[in-house]
Amino acid sequence: MNRSPHILVFGANSAICHALLKLYAARGARFFLVARNPAKLAAIADDLVARGGAVAGTAAYDFNDWQQHDICLQRAREALEVIDIALVAHGSLPDQADCESSSAALKTCMDDNFTSTAVIIGACAQQLSLQGRGTLAVVSSVAGDRGRKSNYTYGAAKAGIDAMLQGLRGRFSSTPVKVVNIKPGMVVSPMTVNMTHGALWSTPEAIAPAIYRAIAKGRSVCYVPGYWRLIMLVIRSLPTAVLAKLPV
Amino acid sequence: MKTTSWGGLPFPGPVRTVERDWRFEALPELTGPDSALPYGCGRSYGDSCINSHATQVSTRRLNRFVRFDDERGVLHCEAGLTLDEILRVVVPRGWFLPVVPGTRFVTLGGAIANDVHGKNHHRAGSFGCHVLALTLLRSDGTRHVCSPTVNSELFAATVGGLGLTGLVISAEVSLHRINSSTMVVEDLVFSSVGEFRALSRDSIDWDYTVAWIDTFARRGQVGRGIFSRARHAPEPGKLDPGDSRPRIGVPFALPFSLVNRWSVDAFNRAYFLVGSRRRGQRYSHYQSFFFPLDAIAHWNRIYGQRGFYQYQCVVPHEGGDEALEKLLIAIHRSGDASFLAVLKEFGDRCSPGLLSFPRPGLTLALDFPNRGERTARLLASFDEIVRAAGGALYPAKDARMPASMFAVGYPQVETFMTQVDPRFSSAFWRRVYA
Repeated sequence: MNRSPHILVFGANSAICHALLKLYAARGARFFLVARNPAKLAAIADDLVARGGAVAGTAAYDFNDWQQHDICLQRAREALEVIDIALVAHGSLPDQADCESSSAALKTCMDDNFTSTAVIIGACAQQLSLQGRGTLAVVSSVAGDRGRKSNYTYGAAKAGIDAMLQGLRGRFSSTPVKVVNIKPGMVVSPMTVNMTHGALWSTPEAIAPAIYRAIAKGRSVCYVPGYWRLIMLVIRSLPTAVLAKLPV
Repeated sequence: MKTTSWGGLPFPGPVRTVERDWRFEALPELTGPDSALPYGCGRSYGDSCINSHATQVSTRRLNRFVRFDDERGVLHCEAGLTLDEILRVVVPRGWFLPVVPGTRFVTLGGAIANDVHGKNHHRAGSFGCHVLALTLLRSDGTRHVCSPTVNSELFAATVGGLGLTGLVISAEVSLHRINSSTMVVEDLVFSSVGEFRALSRDSIDWDYTVAWIDTFARRGQVGRGIFSRARHAPEPGKLDPGDSRPRIGVPFALPFSLVNRWSVDAFNRAYFLVGSRRRGQRYSHYQSFFFPLDAIAHWNRIYGQRGFYQYQCVVPHEGGDEALEKLLIAIHRSGDASFLAVLKEFGDRCSPGLLSFPRPGLTLALDFPNRGERTARLLASFDEIVRAAGGALYPAKDARMPASMFAVGYPQVETFMTQVDPRFSSAFWRRVYA
């Protein structure tokens, strides 16, 4: 790609996403930014412009308002003309105990991490299909690799996204469209502020370059940091009886 | 017991550290006797960035640019950005920070709160001289835009105010135009404080000057050192901000210090020999000129688990040479060695902060491994020399100055007190101003 990339972003306010967008801004990327909170979105847009990026447009709305997505995509298409990268990075980390005791919390978890994401992915995929090129990159999580008692509702939502992306990869297999599933491990960010941070934790700035490279290469699945590929390989191979006993 | 400052000395840590993520967020709620202190990268050496048994407000996620006018060279950004992150954005577009300290891993807020100085003090003054405006969040929830002309009392208290007037959210800074990321550097040997003075005078049209002084010189060689002067290369060249992360690091602190009289003696001899053999001008990337120690991550760990004291004083021109010679002799007699010994002549440009450290005179920075009572006595003997010369110590480097020493060095403290946020405090502040 010789010209600066045109990037559509859902969930631009997330810490991982911002760390990644800074890398694109330094290379003069042109953005259409979408997020829920307008004040935060304005701060992110200012930052990316100061860093050398261009913001062609922004939209702020609740991602559960699913009818907005098509309107938003229409605007993004007009502003960017071509979407080189559609990045979907929003989500929320629920408390597992809340999801067990409250149906409302469980539904919110699924709305934030599956339903809204799936609808956005579907709409973006349709756009990339029409263009006949582009990369769809989605930030999911290692949590989707196997259901574990500590976060299986969040994991279930992410596993659903994983299945959807696998299917899209098949759908686009004979086209230049790429589908990238980014699976971060544990990352220090506002989303995880209430958790105790240990040795395996990483920062958004530390993992952003690896995500950048994975998107550039169009890699199907990208664990960040890379050692999570190994950790999840072990977790996936554990017999159910053993996994059930582990405090994970 | 948790250490959270660069000197690695065992200060009691805060009860909690709260991150602020967005510039429009409120401060954390403070109840009872709790107080708050902004915390950036923790690169102050002593306890001025620590709020023992109370709340620290981490600013590291306030790391967004607000606006960069690359025509006029005016940068507005959030206070938690590090100077490294700023240089990475402004250097490729032909701008440089107006003043940089010896490390680029400090936040903008920290640079303001300590009114840091650099090797260009004789021409540019301190960092605060280039702050056009700042936004301050106070514990009563109010926000104040302060500048040298608007809310000027609060501005004067906040620049160099050690984080005690509230949380600096963002600031506007004027930048310095450069044509290249390369520096033209020249090293010159001097053999006495008098010769150092003469070199400083002759180098008035060099943007940056600094000297390394051999604190372990033999009798008869006391006062010898290497004077470095530099400027940004004037001819258009590459605008490359260089590597972001240090290539090597010190993985852990040993129980004892690797800095001792033998290692410093060997280092100083080698350093002097190499420096004295350099002839003429050389070219250097700005990182290796300004931030040589940034190339080694966690270099502070070489001082071992007990940590180290840094001692930076300024003495007025009048009587300064004699005071400096007395300090060098006192170090020599003690048999203790300072690995780092940096000498610089401050210029006459007035620092804007009520508690700013830079003032006309000579400044000397030293560091010593923490050897308990022995180090305490040595530094107390330095205090006497500095006090007699009418000098002052730098709070950002300090972990031990007595309250009386602070009072004589910072005569405007009572005016400063009228602007302090009643819910902000630090371990340093409770120590020097009870």
